[in-house]
Amino acid sequence: MNKVIYMDNNATTRVAPQVIREMLPVLETWYGNPSSMHGFGGAVGKRLDQARKQVADLLQADPGEIVFTSGGTESDNTAILAALASQPHKRHIVTTRVEHPAVLSLVKDLEERGYTVTWLGVDRKGHLNPDAVRKAVRKDTAIVSVMAANNETGVLFPIDKIAAITREKDVLLHTDAVQIMGKLPFSVQDIPVDFLSLSSHKIHGPKGVGALYVRKGVRFKPFIIGGHQEHGRRAGTENIPGIVGLGKACQLAARHLDEETIRVGKLRDRLEEGLLSSIDHSQLNGDQNNRLPNTTSIAFEFVEGEAILLLMNELGICASSGSACTSGSLEPSHVLRAMGIPFTYAHGSIRFSLSRYTTDQEVDTVIRELPPIIARLRELSPFC
Amino acid sequence: MWDYTDKVKEHFLHPKNAGAMEDADAVGEVGSLACGDALKLYLKVDENERIVEASFQTFGCASAIASSSALTELIKGKTLEEAKAISNKDIADFLGGLPRQKMHCSVMGREALDAAIDNYKGISRPKEELEGEILCHCFGVTEEKIRQAIMENNLTTVEDVTSFTKAGGGCGECLEDIGELLDKVRAEMKKRPPVEKQPAGLSNVQRMQLVMKTLEDEIRPSLKQDGGNIELVDIIAKKVLVRLQGTCSHCPASKATLKGFVEAKLREQVEPDIQVEEVVS
Ligand code: FES
Repeated sequence: MNKVIYMDNNATTRVAPQVIREMLPVLETWYGNPSSMHGFGGAVGKRLDQARKQVADLLQADPGEIVFTSGGTESDNTAILAALASQPHKRHIVTTRVEHPAVLSLVKDLEERGYTVTWLGVDRKGHLNPDAVRKAVRKDTAIVSVMAANNETGVLFPIDKIAAITREKDVLLHTDAVQIMGKLPFSVQDIPVDFLSLSSHKIHGPKGVGALYVRKGVRFKPFIIGGHQEHGRRAGTENIPGIVGLGKACQLAARHLDEETIRVGKLRDRLEEGLLSSIDHSQLNGDQNNRLPNTTSIAFEFVEGEAILLLMNELGICASSGSACTSGSLEPSHVLRAMGIPFTYAHGSIRFSLSRYTTDQEVDTVIRELPPIIARLRELSPFC
Repeated sequence: MWDYTDKVKEHFLHPKNAGAMEDADAVGEVGSLACGDALKLYLKVDENERIVEASFQTFGCASAIASSSALTELIKGKTLEEAKAISNKDIADFLGGLPRQKMHCSVMGREALDAAIDNYKGISRPKEELEGEILCHCFGVTEEKIRQAIMENNLTTVEDVTSFTKAGGGCGECLEDIGELLDKVRAEMKKRPPVEKQPAGLSNVQRMQLVMKTLEDEIRPSLKQDGGNIELVDIIAKKVLVRLQGTCSHCPASKATLKGFVEAKLREQVEPDIQVEEVVS
């Protein structure tokens, strides 16, 4: 394959070289178990502590509030199940229709098992109205789970306003912050959520590791049982190399936050304008202003997403499509559907998600190469 | 991400016979923008009802485009009668296979062909009347179409039905109905095993499966009525070794049963030169 132009950073990211450098010693030399009594294991425990602090710093949290997990999915599952387990008399859940499957599928499953769920919708621009949360919360609401930013459109949710509501009503709030981390600042001091999920491989860390923030004082029940690790909040010998990598990735993320918002945002805007202006019958999915700086979801009418992806792939350009065609289900993504994007557009939706490694030249290449691809497919299409 | 064969990729990247045909004798159109894929097939037919030219326009994923290209290649030079015999499986086979979730692309090709042939013959079919009730509203899939897909491709799960017809891939509200229909059609198929004569040599596995199926569905039930039973011991080339049990084993007529009934049935259902032998333990 020719050189890869990677614009699928909401799916996963390149591991930062500094992160790899940080991880190597714990793979090669410091392989001890932090739970051991000897100093060799203890030395590893120091690295674990350091990583915990690095993650906490990114969130302005206390290190004691960080629980390491196997990733965003486990963090999401843990938060929701912990909230239910610690308040067995409360059997109502509030969430949105556009969550990541880690929340969506779990809550659907809980609904089948007898919990009551209020599913909040979004408007055409992908916005969630915080008043809807206020209306939905009841006496027996165990938890409100709302993502901070949507993975497909990048649209931001008003977590600050929602947190004010859940505080006032004394209901637990979980946010899936996997996509916002490292792209925009998020402080648990300013936004008092009770649980927050984050994932390492979305912020240039290794895969298979993540963290769950649990606000001090919130009652908690572990999801994975069988050991005292993480102060009894998550059993199993710690994934030390992963955790060390996540820690470093968080430190770098904090350092790059400004650049990520400004430089990447400009690149994204240029890409978006370049494509929308040169390709007819194309439109932006979601709100143009209120979203992550690195994400754009563009719909091309009369063509199908997978075909676009495959032709881009021939040129080494990686993005993702707004339809779940490849996963066997043929409906357009649940997010675009919830927004009421017409099927005719949704089927041809492509998401480009940039990172701090994206270059000007890469953006130029995509702006140059995509219009002929769309034209070629439209030539084949019976609707043009 | 894509487990497409090279042939699929080839036909997607360089489709054969793409584009509209100005002076087509027949046009067949299926699918829609809303469904996520659509195919318009154009045919030029000579006075002997032979397809001399075929072209297509397709909106859809890579395998939909490749399937359309394959279809036009398959039907060129064939008479309408011959073309009619082409199944969605033939299209998929031509491409070296399609991922299971993409089989509906080949089904779409077959349907477009049907539509074009009807169009040529001047049959404009009132959809509902011909195809029955719509079962999946998201994709406008009729009961009849699902029934056909189940039988032709021997589908066994609801997921399969979605892969082949798209029905159920949307809101999912029709999934229960699909399940019911699937059970019904499978029950019917069991009663009436397709008289699939496969003259051109069965593979060992195919033979074995067919022998077991025939034993299970046809032979054992009627032996059991007489208080007997039959056990399959082995299959060596075309020799089927069995053991008769129950009343059959010491019935003086067992030889006749073996040759006259068991062997005859297997010859009829599996292969004309099957031999049945009894193993005496
Ligand atoms: S009715 Fe069949 S998927 Fe919606």
